[in-house]
Amino acid sequence: MKDVLTIAMPKGRIFEDAADLLRQAGFQLPSEFDDSRKLIIDVPEESFRFILAKPMDVPTYVEHGVADLGIAGKDVMLEEERDVYELLDLKISACYLAVAGLPNTKMNNIAPKIATKYPNIAAAYFREQGEQVEIIKLNGSIELAPMIGLADRIVDIVSTGRTLKENGLVEYERIVDITSRLIVNPASFRLKEERVNELVERLVKKLQSSKGL
Amino acid sequence: MSRLFMFEKPLGMRDTLPELFDRKRMVRASIEKEMERWGYRFIETPTLEYYETVGSASAILDQQLFKLLDQQGHTLVLRPDMTTPIARIAASRLLKKDMPIRLAYAANVFRAQQREGGRPAEFEQIGVECIGDCTISADAEGIALIISSLQEAGLEDFKLSVGHIGFAHTFFLKILGTEERVEALKRFLYEKNYVGYREHVNGLALSSIDKQRLLAFLKLRGGIEIIELAISLLENDEGKEDVLQLQQLFEMMVDYGLEEKVKFDLTLVSHMSYYTGILFEVYAGKVGFPIASGGRYDQLLQKFGKQAGATGFAIRIDRLLEALGDDIESSAVSCIFFSPERRKEAFQYAQEQRKLGKKVVLQDINGVMDIDNCSNQYEDITFLVGNAGRETGI
Repeated sequence: MKDVLTIAMPKGRIFEDAADLLRQAGFQLPSEFDDSRKLIIDVPEESFRFILAKPMDVPTYVEHGVADLGIAGKDVMLEEERDVYELLDLKISACYLAVAGLPNTKMNNIAPKIATKYPNIAAAYFREQGEQVEIIKLNGSIELAPMIGLADRIVDIVSTGRTLKENGLVEYERIVDITSRLIVNPASFRLKEERVNELVERLVKKLQSSKGL
Repeated sequence: MSRLFMFEKPLGMRDTLPELFDRKRMVRASIEKEMERWGYRFIETPTLEYYETVGSASAILDQQLFKLLDQQGHTLVLRPDMTTPIARIAASRLLKKDMPIRLAYAANVFRAQQREGGRPAEFEQIGVECIGDCTISADAEGIALIISSLQEAGLEDFKLSVGHIGFAHTFFLKILGTEERVEALKRFLYEKNYVGYREHVNGLALSSIDKQRLLAFLKLRGGIEIIELAISLLENDEGKEDVLQLQQLFEMMVDYGLEEKVKFDLTLVSHMSYYTGILFEVYAGKVGFPIASGGRYDQLLQKFGKQAGATGFAIRIDRLLEALGDDIESSAVSCIFFSPERRKEAFQYAQEQRKLGKKVVLQDINGVMDIDNCSNQYEDITFLVGNAGRETGI
C-alpha cells in the first residue's frame, strides 16, 4: 500500500492549469474532477486525495500538515509567509503584482491610501520605496477603490491587464512576477519522501520537456 | 482595546486540565527516566533572565521575547529557551574542571507568537546539553538519546533529518567569497525556498560550473550515499572534514543500531542561529511541525566567557503529545461515598487502599446532588452509607 498523498488545490483561476499540469505529468485524474462541487476528492488509482481550498488558504493547510502538498501562487506565498518548502516553480498561471490607479494622478503625499488584497506585500513594497502609506484591506473588486475615491492606488495581480483597462485604470509599477509553486509540508517532505520525490521528478520532467518545445 | 472577558488568558497562554496534565506527566516521566539512565543530571534555571545577557545571546528573535523591567530598571526576559541559560551556568560555575558535563531539563519556555495568536507562546521543552565534548561521539550520543527518549515515550513513527551547518557555510563561502553573499543564499534555505534559491543562484555572476555545484547542493538529501555526492561537489577538499564528520556519525548510528531512523539533509538550516556543526530535526507522523530539534553549538559558551564545545537537543512536549495521539491511558481513580455514621470506617478503608497505591476519592454523600452522574467519572465506587454492609458499584 502506497501512502496517500493529500494535495491542497486552489479553487478558481489556477485550478484548471494545475490539474492539466498533473495530467500532462502522467497522473490519471478523473475528468469530472474540474466541475465537481465536492471539497474533498479521492483518486484511489493514484493514491491521491485532493482538497479544494481557497487559493489564499492553500499554504495554511500545508503548513499545518493536513495537506502534504499544495499548489499555491507566489503572491499567496509572499503574503502568507508560511513555514513550508517551496519546491518547484510550476510556471503556470503566470501573472504579476502591480501598483495601479487612475491615470495621471499623483499619490497624496501626506497619507497615501493603498487598497489591496495583499496588505503584507503592499506594506513591504512601499516601505522599501521609502513611502509611508495607509493600507486598506479589501477582499475583492479592488479596482473599485480608486474609482470611487477610497484609495489613491491599488496593489493587485494583473494577468492580461483587461480588468484594469475596462475600469479606466493604468498600471504604475510592476512589483513582482507571479507563477504557481509546488509546496510541501516539512514533515511530509521527510516522512513521505519517496512519494513526494516521485511527484517532483515527474513534474520536473514535464516542465523540462515543455521548455524544450 | 476591547474589554476582556473573565475567561480570557493572554495571547498564546494555555491551561493544562487534569487529563492533559496526566498525559504530559507520564510522557515527561518516561523521557526523564531515560535521560537519567544515560547519566544526565536535571537542573532548573530561573524563569526570568537579563535581556542583555541571556536574552541577547539566545537565538530567538527579539520580537518574540517577552520583556519586562525590574525595580532597578534592567530589562528582563522570560526565558525563550533553555540552552542559553544552561550555557550561562556551565560557563560561570560548572566548567571549572575541564571535563564534559551532561545536563538535562524539563521546563517551560516563552516565545511570543506573531501570527495566529492561538499558537502556544509558553510551552514545555525537555532536553539535554552535553557541554565540553567536541567529538562526534557526543553528537551521536545526542541523536541516539533523542531516539530512545522518543521511543520510551511510546513514539514509533518518526524520522530524524541530519544536516551540517558548518558544511553549508564552508561550501558557500568557498564559491561565493564573502560572508554577506553566503548569508543571502543561506536565507533561502532557512526560508525553505528552493525555487528562490535556484533563481538566486542562476542570477549570480559565477562560472557555470560553480552554479551547477550550488544547484546540486539542493540534492544533498537522503541516505549515506549523499556523502560521496557531497565530496564530489568540493574543490580542494575544503569542507571535506565536515562531510567526513557526517560519515563518522552515520557509522556510529550503525553501531547504535539506529541508522534506520536517520536521514541526511544538508539543506537544513535552523532558525537557531547559534548552531555551528551537525544539527537535526525530528518529524513525526500526524504533526506538521518538527517535534524536536538540536545540534552542536561550539560558540555559544564564548558569549559567557568560556571556550567549550557543546551539543544538545530539546523535545517539544505539546507536539510530542499530538504525535502520540490519544492512546495514553490515565490510571483509574475509585471513589468511596460515605455518610457521617460510617465516616471512620470510610477513612480507614481509604487509607488501606491508598497504601496499596490506589487512587481513592473520599466523598461525603451529602455533598453530592446527582450521585449517578458523580459516580460515572470513577473506575469503581464503594458505598459506606447508613448501617448496612459495604456495597460496591461499578
